Amino acid sequence: MLVSAKTLEILHCIQNDSNYLITYSSFQKKMKLHQYLLALLCPIMLLSSCKKSGDEITANTKSSFTIEFEHQVNGAALALNITNYKNAKGEDFKINIFKYYVSNIKLSKADGTTYLIPESYFLIDESKSPSKLVTISDVPTGDYTRIEYTIGVDYARNFAGAQTGVLDPIYGMFWTWNSGYIFVKLEGTSPQSTAANNAITFHIGGVIDPNNTLKTFSAEINAANPLRIRTDAKPNMHFIVNAASLFTGVSDVSFATLNYTMGGANSVIVANNYAKGLFRLDHIHN
Amino acid sequence: MWRKSIVFAMLFLSIALMYACSKNEDDIIPEEKKIIFSIPSNFPAPGYNFEENQLTNAGFALGKKIFYDARLSADKSISCGSCHQQFAAFANLDHKVSHGVDNCQGKRNAPPLFNLAWQKAFFWDGGVKNLETSPLNAFTDACEMKTDLETVVSFLQNTQPYPELFKKAFGSGDINSQKVLKSIAQFVGVLVSGNSKYDKIMRKEKGFTFTSTELAGYNLFKEKCSSCHAEPLFTDFSYRSNGLDLVSLDEGRSHITGAAADFGTFRVPTLRNIEYTSPYMHDGRFYNLDEALEHYNSGVKNSPNLDKSLKGGIMLNDTEKDQIKSFLKTLTDNEFIKNTLYSES
Ligand code: HEC
Ligand code: HEC
Repeated sequence: MLVSAKTLEILHCIQNDSNYLITYSSFQKKMKLHQYLLALLCPIMLLSSCKKSGDEITANTKSSFTIEFEHQVNGAALALNITNYKNAKGEDFKINIFKYYVSNIKLSKADGTTYLIPESYFLIDESKSPSKLVTISDVPTGDYTRIEYTIGVDYARNFAGAQTGVLDPIYGMFWTWNSGYIFVKLEGTSPQSTAANNAITFHIGGVIDPNNTLKTFSAEINAANPLRIRTDAKPNMHFIVNAASLFTGVSDVSFATLNYTMGGANSVIVANNYAKGLFRLDHIHN
Repeated sequence: MWRKSIVFAMLFLSIALMYACSKNEDDIIPEEKKIIFSIPSNFPAPGYNFEENQLTNAGFALGKKIFYDARLSADKSISCGSCHQQFAAFANLDHKVSHGVDNCQGKRNAPPLFNLAWQKAFFWDGGVKNLETSPLNAFTDACEMKTDLETVVSFLQNTQPYPELFKKAFGSGDINSQKVLKSIAQFVGVLVSGNSKYDKIMRKEKGFTFTSTELAGYNLFKEKCSSCHAEPLFTDFSYRSNGLDLVSLDEGRSHITGAAADFGTFRVPTLRNIEYTSPYMHDGRFYNLDEALEHYNSGVKNSPNLDKSLKGGIMLNDTEKDQIKSFLKTLTDNEFIKNTLYSES
């Protein structure tokens, strides 16, 4: 029997769509009878079902994966309040608060198809261990070779009405006098700081030009070891997060001259820095 | 014959039943008027339209209760209603700048609260961009209620009858900041003032006309003031300097934008209900309308960001001042000021 390449593709489409219980063999038997009818029907199905799922092997199954954010300062583990670190200018500093938003996580496959994880907003807080391990569910199974996300909270949500979940202003990551989210918050002390109590206060946020601090991070995943999401395998992505990246990368920050920013031009300097070095994809456990 | 009377009996019974049913409903909710967000016909379309915050009587009532509850502040002495008083069109009468807990004096005059659904940004400097998030600063500011959201939420969770009220308003008794803010937005968003004499004249309602003095004032106003205080909301929502100081103590809009050109500029305030909202300007420096008008006549300072149209001030003789003043008083909406729906009950 002759089955054209196109028909095979259509068959494939039907097989992948769990809503249609036509198996390859039963289909073969009925082929002659319904050939014309199906020839008409299948392209429609193709358009409506195959296009959406994209991936051929695993069109309709979903699974989950986790992302771990390991906080460091220039290679050393981050410990709040106690450890002394050095910035690129050689100035000592300690960190008391380190937290930030990651949002709108987008995964891509080698063929260019992408999956935007809906309502993906995460607040990662060094002082709250569970927040450093994020679980993402309901992701279409497949091999992903790229991840992209916003450091902070997208433009629209900065101006939206009252939010809940991690975007609840209760978490102290929302400016009440200049409404909008604080994307990255780092507070601590440095003997070089001229502020009261040697404080260093970096509240980075703002989405309006020229002081827009919204940054996107992306990482290519080695195609030899992609993020393999399977119903029976929930991989883990491991990111190293370098808190010291706020202070170097594009322009080195000296706490003697810049020790306080809550939005505005100085926040842009810091955001341009961390856009380069805050996140590094370390490895994936498949 | 029998059949006919049975049919009649059935009919009668069902009518009686229907009547009883409807009667019953009335009994459950005695004379409660449905709270509506009404848009005066001479107003443009509002920016906030309750689409994502379904307006209900229960939501409005909850928001109002929170608005008037002083127990939410650090020393339990200050509610939203302390600084936003209905008889002052929800501004703060006789207070130049706001007074919060511990008698702390803020730096700005409390603006009136009405027609907020038409406002695109909030506060004198436009720092807050959504009606729902505008109460946040009042809760947390050390010079206002000096509390934090966690404390507010846990107070409401643990204080009767709040859990029940939240359940009525949102279908579930659990309380979070989002529901607190949405209910407050239902209350303050419904505060619409559009029934002044001016409005009735504009809508050509029967029996309302300007006196000759008011009309002369209206014409002067259109000529000299409405480029900024634009009808029908009496503000174009822009940020400008009207020359109060050579160097402003309060940086105003530039606090938000960081732009030098915005230094010392403030949102053009509405002039509706101006009769009741003294003192005037962002720092409440003028106690009455005479002082405010005299400012335009003789007090405009040549600040670097002074609005171009105000260079040299706006000459007004005494007659003109009186005429403008009597026009401004036609912007008073007593139905709004006296509406018991908005009062602390
Ligand atoms: C201590 C006095 C005080 C208290 C208490 C207070 N406010 Fe205000 N409110 C102000 C002042 C002052 C401003 C103007 C702030 C600015 O421009 O920086 C303001 C501004 C506002 C605005 C924006 C109005 C506009 O036209 O831009 C809203 C809405 C508002 N307050 C609602 C509330 C609510 C709701 C509460 C209770 C949770 C509250 N306020 C409690 C003093 C107060
Ligand atoms: C160039 C724009 C502009 C023009 C023209 C203008 N105003 Fe104003 N007006 C403002 C601004 C801006 C403020 C707020 C200033 C501040 O508080 O720093 C203000 C404030 C006021 C206030 C105080 C309102 C309040 O609630 O505190 C009154 C009253 C007033 N104007 C009346 C008038 C009258 C009457 C005229 C015409 C004779 C006029 N204005 C012309 C911009 C203007």
